[in-house]
Amino acid sequence: MKKIVTLNVNGLDYETALEPRRTLAEALRYDLGLTGTKIGCKIGDCGACTVLIDGVPSSSCLVLAIEAEGHEIMTIEGVADGNKLHPLQEAFVEVGAIQCGFCTPGMVLTALALLKDNSDPTDAQIRRALSGNLCRCTGYQKIVEAVREAAKRMLRTC
Amino acid sequence: MSYKILNTRAPRVDAVDKVTGKAQYTDDLSRPGMLYCAILHSPIAHGKILNIDTSKAQKLPGVRAIITGKETGDIMFGVSPARYDETILCIDKVRYVGDEVAAVAATDIDSALEAVSLIEVDYDELPPVLDGLRAMEEGVPQIHEKYRRNICAQVHWNFGDVKGVEAEADYIRTDKLTTKMQDGAFLEPQSILAEYDATGRLTMYSSTQAPHYIQRTLAMALKIPLERVRVIKPAVGGGFGPKASCSTAELVCCKLSILTGKPVKMTFDREQVFLHSRARHQFFHTMTTGVKKDGTLLFLKHHCILDGGAYASFGIATVYYAGSLLGGPYRLKNMDYDGYRVVTNKPACGAQRGHGAVHARALFETQLDRIADELGLDPLEMRLRNVMETGETTCNELYMSSLGMRECLEAVRDDTGWAEIGKRKTTSQSKTKKVSRAIEKSASSSTGNGKARGIGVACGFFVSGAGYPIYRSQTYHATVVIRISEVGGFVIVESGAADIGQGSDTVLAMITAEVLGIPLKDVKVRSGDSDLSVDLGAYSSRTTLMTGSACKEAAEDCRSQILNAVANRLKIQVDDLYICDALVKSRKGEVDFRSIRDEFLQEHKGFTDTPDAVSLTFREAARIAFIERGSIVGTGKYKPPKLGGSFKGATVGTSPAFGCSAQIAEVEVDLETGEVTVLKVTGAHDCGFAINRTQVEGQMQGSISMGLGEALMEEIMYDRCGNVLNTNLAEYKIPTSLDMPPLQSLIVETIEPNGPFGAKEVGEGAIMPTIPAILNAIRNATGVQITELPATPERIVMELRKLKG
Repeated sequence: MKKIVTLNVNGLDYETALEPRRTLAEALRYDLGLTGTKIGCKIGDCGACTVLIDGVPSSSCLVLAIEAEGHEIMTIEGVADGNKLHPLQEAFVEVGAIQCGFCTPGMVLTALALLKDNSDPTDAQIRRALSGNLCRCTGYQKIVEAVREAAKRMLRTC
Repeated sequence: MSYKILNTRAPRVDAVDKVTGKAQYTDDLSRPGMLYCAILHSPIAHGKILNIDTSKAQKLPGVRAIITGKETGDIMFGVSPARYDETILCIDKVRYVGDEVAAVAATDIDSALEAVSLIEVDYDELPPVLDGLRAMEEGVPQIHEKYRRNICAQVHWNFGDVKGVEAEADYIRTDKLTTKMQDGAFLEPQSILAEYDATGRLTMYSSTQAPHYIQRTLAMALKIPLERVRVIKPAVGGGFGPKASCSTAELVCCKLSILTGKPVKMTFDREQVFLHSRARHQFFHTMTTGVKKDGTLLFLKHHCILDGGAYASFGIATVYYAGSLLGGPYRLKNMDYDGYRVVTNKPACGAQRGHGAVHARALFETQLDRIADELGLDPLEMRLRNVMETGETTCNELYMSSLGMRECLEAVRDDTGWAEIGKRKTTSQSKTKKVSRAIEKSASSSTGNGKARGIGVACGFFVSGAGYPIYRSQTYHATVVIRISEVGGFVIVESGAADIGQGSDTVLAMITAEVLGIPLKDVKVRSGDSDLSVDLGAYSSRTTLMTGSACKEAAEDCRSQILNAVANRLKIQVDDLYICDALVKSRKGEVDFRSIRDEFLQEHKGFTDTPDAVSLTFREAARIAFIERGSIVGTGKYKPPKLGGSFKGATVGTSPAFGCSAQIAEVEVDLETGEVTVLKVTGAHDCGFAINRTQVEGQMQGSISMGLGEALMEEIMYDRCGNVLNTNLAEYKIPTSLDMPPLQSLIVETIEPNGPFGAKEVGEGAIMPTIPAILNAIRNATGVQITELPATPERIVMELRKLKG
């Protein structure tokens, strides 16, 4: 039996009918059409489906959509301001932190949460924060550099 | 030569779409009324199919079609035409746990999965063959009728005269290395959306590396005219080889779409990625190498058995590559190779980054270090003594049209201060002494952390595009069509090439922008579509050199057409004209182009962005060219010249160019737990010429990450029945951000004469040195020589115990 659920995503309320066992990742992608959230494993191993729930990076494949009701969800679609990229996104683009791009949405959201908690992280802190987000393309080097570069730029603009 | 666009760090052309979540991967696509496909797997590793009963499943609401081998037929397909050994679905036999027996299309995924669970299959179970080393023995069950003693392919090569020089060797040693099957572990699981339309045309969207080959296989196996099959590759979340071959999933989605007239979609779960990706083989290598006492290489005798699982896939190429790519990058005049690729009842293996050559390289490079130690030589200096130079040919007739192997070794040596930290590396003390000394040293240190540090070096090289297509053909390997927008400045590049994350679209855009003298933002690349051009796809590190060459030719064609039109209109010499910063200029000074500008302004009354530059703009020139000549379309093509020797199998390993790499790894080994921490890897790669410096570094760094995983943690595990035990990314471990050390990436450029602007590969050559550099560093730290990969803590502790006696 489907249930009517209201999900608050990127500041907007979406009312939709869902099977109670629908995961948040599936609901975002297949019911709301927000396909920027990627599914790589469905069991919380890879981090590709990371979204922010009340600001906390969470594997949306391990959360039921109905559990997310009443919480603020942020997906990759909510990071840029229209066509203006967030400084973190700019740094990912410019530093070359993106190859296949499948881990990128999750990486960006995890890094966004890190920079909110810690505006000037060390490389070790960046690596620790990103350790739940797998990337097979980059060796993480340029991702770490991008987060460091974004932190620098964001501090400058504060 | 200076460039405006090339050799810079321009951001990828798809980066903004990917960082905002707008990039569309196959699973992001949907169609009204589309059906969902699920596939029934064999629960046993080896057995005969006695009966398949789909009657219960047929009755399930939502089910639209069910197919078994009866419907899909007995036409054989595979990768190498000489080894076609697969049918779309199993007909009389299953050959691994996961082998595909039936498929369902239903209105939703839950119904499809439930229907699959309702299909009843009776099997007559046969004893499985799970040990690759024993698969060739007499009396072992035969898996395929056509592979006697389960040998799918074998190679026997004798280059030079190994026997003749054996007596000249001052030192000969034999070593072995056993590796494990490994997975590509790309983040995006395979996904397919097939649409068969009312006109009889099949369109398949797929997360593939090779739309061209997949198009051919679909047409052949489904018996549809080739020109009525279109394969489109949306954004792809990594491939690394396993996405290069056509899969049963692709074929059944197409078949189900044909049967139902509806779009059919399927996306693998992670378990299916492990079962159906044709990834790294298991290798059992034995090598005997002879040298002079100054370290000069004399000969190599190489024996290898490859366990390739249930089907041939790319395996015939794999067994050849495992031998041929030891021909360089050192001067080695005498080489024997005996390779056997066997089949077993495990998921099939195929191509993976550094195809066939990675583990052979790992053993050879670790053996070189042992030889250097025995002879009291510095292992890096010994390599320098043996490296080939540009213009040399290997004993198996691979011509090094450019080779910066020496430059790479010198670059990593100088960057790491090898001479200083490497000094203690050439001591000839016994291994046992070394370990006990390491343990004593750490025990006596104030931190008492029980850790030992070491450093290791290794080299490698790889093809820059396979010299021949997989099927025998005179086809061009790549064609590119470039269209100049008929309204003016914008440029569209059309190519069948597959950007799977490595960045080939950006390379094509940069080459086009450079040739046409326009900004990168004015070039749009449409690619990965078999309707656009012939391109063999993303494998064998071929795209930059091959598609890049075709792209350069197409862009030059456009430039020539535009400049000729301008010259014709202005009645001046075309040879004097060039384009720079999106302006058409003459080497002879100012040109009176007022007639063109006036015409352009006449056409654009009311526009606010009309050109006011003191020179003729590219927009104006492109528009006038259209008015003079009609559509400006440039075409380019690439096909390598005839390459390689005349011996059997000489084509595998040939390439118009070879990239090469050297790396130095620094590690710390916990002597108590056996845990290895890689502290730093310094790599230098000769990519000929870096079209995009950031992307070259990205390929180098990604290669090291994959190599590090294969060296230390990646291993597919089986139980005694042939079930894969670790079909997930928690138990099949790949490196995380905490496992990866800082990486220093040094680009070496030797300007390859056969590559566009001098460019050649970086995507696979850069993985070659990683495993042996790490293993050499581990041995340097502890005295432990790993003979079985991956070098897990358990294996290291066991070896440490052996050393301590």
